[in-house]
Amino acid sequence: MFRYANPAVFMRLSGALLPWISGAAVILLAVGLWLGFHVPPDYQQGMTVTIMFVHVPAAIVAEAAYGAIAVASLFSLVWRHPLADTAARTAAPLGAVFTALGLVTGSLWGRPMWGAYWVWDARLTSFLLLLFLYLGYMALWNAIEDEARAARAAAILALVGAVNLPIIKFSVDWWNTLHQGESIVSGQIARVFLWPLAFMAFGYMALFASLWMVRIRTEIVNRRARSLMQRAG
Amino acid sequence: MSGPFLSLVLRDLRLASRSGGSAALALAFFALVATLVPLGVGANLNLLARIAGGVLWVGAVLAALLSLDRLYQGDFDDGSLDLIALSPLSLEQVAVAKLLAHWFSTGLPLTLLSPLLALLFGLPGPGTWALFVSLLIGTPAVSAVGAIGASLTLSLKRGGLILPLIILPLLAPAVIFGAGAVTAAVDHLSNGALGLLAAFAAAAVLLSPFAAAACVRLNLAG
Amino acid sequence: MISSLVAEKLTCVRGERRIFADLDFQVAAGEALVVEGANGAGKTSLLRLIAGFLTPASGGIVLNTDKGAIADGEERGRHIGWLGHHDAVKPQMDVGEQLEFFARLYGAGGDVKPVLERVGIARQRELPCRYLSAGQKKRLGLARLLMSGRGLWLLDEPFAALDTAGRALAADLMRAHCATGGMVIAATHDPLGLEARSLRLEAA
Repeated sequence: MFRYANPAVFMRLSGALLPWISGAAVILLAVGLWLGFHVPPDYQQGMTVTIMFVHVPAAIVAEAAYGAIAVASLFSLVWRHPLADTAARTAAPLGAVFTALGLVTGSLWGRPMWGAYWVWDARLTSFLLLLFLYLGYMALWNAIEDEARAARAAAILALVGAVNLPIIKFSVDWWNTLHQGESIVSGQIARVFLWPLAFMAFGYMALFASLWMVRIRTEIVNRRARSLMQRAG
Repeated sequence: MSGPFLSLVLRDLRLASRSGGSAALALAFFALVATLVPLGVGANLNLLARIAGGVLWVGAVLAALLSLDRLYQGDFDDGSLDLIALSPLSLEQVAVAKLLAHWFSTGLPLTLLSPLLALLFGLPGPGTWALFVSLLIGTPAVSAVGAIGASLTLSLKRGGLILPLIILPLLAPAVIFGAGAVTAAVDHLSNGALGLLAAFAAAAVLLSPFAAAACVRLNLAG
Repeated sequence: MISSLVAEKLTCVRGERRIFADLDFQVAAGEALVVEGANGAGKTSLLRLIAGFLTPASGGIVLNTDKGAIADGEERGRHIGWLGHHDAVKPQMDVGEQLEFFARLYGAGGDVKPVLERVGIARQRELPCRYLSAGQKKRLGLARLLMSGRGLWLLDEPFAALDTAGRALAADLMRAHCATGGMVIAATHDPLGLEARSLRLEAA
């Protein structure tokens, strides 16, 4: 596994995989969207249910991304895997964007149902806190000048956040039942919705993976350029 | 180990209680929040009593936050942290000592002031008692989580700005359970909030010294 | 009781910079070592390596004591008396208070009065540290070293801010420490004023 730690190996591997993954992303998203627009209107929500196909996958990827950052942070702290820091750092802005996307689409989805753009729904509220976790993580990376120290501090923060995240979600759920809030979707999702959802979910994941790979590759190239510039002259 | 440990706790307490220290500032801030909110929402005691739990909990958390960025940074900047690290105490023990001192100088005074501020909000008896107990149990969690943030940002000159950003989301459960306890008491219900808060606080206090010590080690090597 | 400090193939990397590599040296109890070198050559880094704050990129440091050899950095720190760049002095505390705190923190008992007298700041005992001059703060640091009861003294620029009398005092204290079996390692540009071996760090 640590063979892939070598940036050169990673570059070769990702260079080979990238066209396939991004191609897959395009196809999956296209199919997913087509299917999404062709489902029968939901008896309760009408055609606005199609927003679900944009919202739910975004939510899935946003949370998975944080998990990925936590895993990368663990590798960074325990095994000192050199690419782990880069992986964690580059994933964060992507995760934050997907979280913001999830919040906006969730709010748009809720408007026809609740009559308001924001009603402190438990899931969206947890999601908002997740966005803050991302922002804090990115801010810490930017604030500490020494890169090695920033990487380790950020790794510790990511792990603390990962441990806390289930607790936060639990407490927000608990809070929501206490105050009888609204809920965005309860019960089962009709089977006819599962296919477009699955396509969109995998499409989003492929999209995230390809963007992530591009960012890591960019970071590796930048680092090479920097060290070349340091040596010259 | 009690001699060195105690001496560190006492020193931090002494520093916090002197002028330029944190204890008085936190109390003043807490009282100011309790004063400004009614000015903002109006003097309707029914309304104030309903929001008292949440407002006072948020106020307490923010007040405790004020002194956190100096928790490790002060000693780091003037070289005391080097000397403390070389003492017979392990860095984990140092973290516990500082956490204890921070709570004694911030969380505990805030808790003791809370019944008076509850009066300003017209909170009925059971609610005031629930507020007091929830702060007593919950402010150690605030100090614990805050200590992690403080040790992460101890090398930053303006670390005080990102410190709240890092720890406030992590403290959401404390605010939720703490204020939830007050609501339950006022409505004469029981919702298990205090138990959940105690669990959260216990977990935070147990884990915080390890995370904080790791961050201090990281920064001593910087 | 410490008997010797042995460093083998010590390499120090900070950030992306290699500060020094493959450093070997030894210090025995009763000896003083002066670490010399230009600014940025790594004198402070070496001291921090010995103190256990930094981990070497390769190589190791072993402190030999009568209870065995210590290779772990944090354990080694328990034998070290540190006088660094920064004063470690709290403006709001009194001189006597400061010293008593450190004495108790290090588990060392004893009265601070004779120590304050030895370093020449006994009259400032009740003075808040914000009113001390830089030289007086340095003397307080020396008092701390005396009260720490530690065997290996690490001093980073010990003569900075000290006047001639202060320098003589510092040299005296170091000499006395070595005479009773202690070890002194000092990073300094100035002559130490006592018999010491020299270790020169070249910028890598």
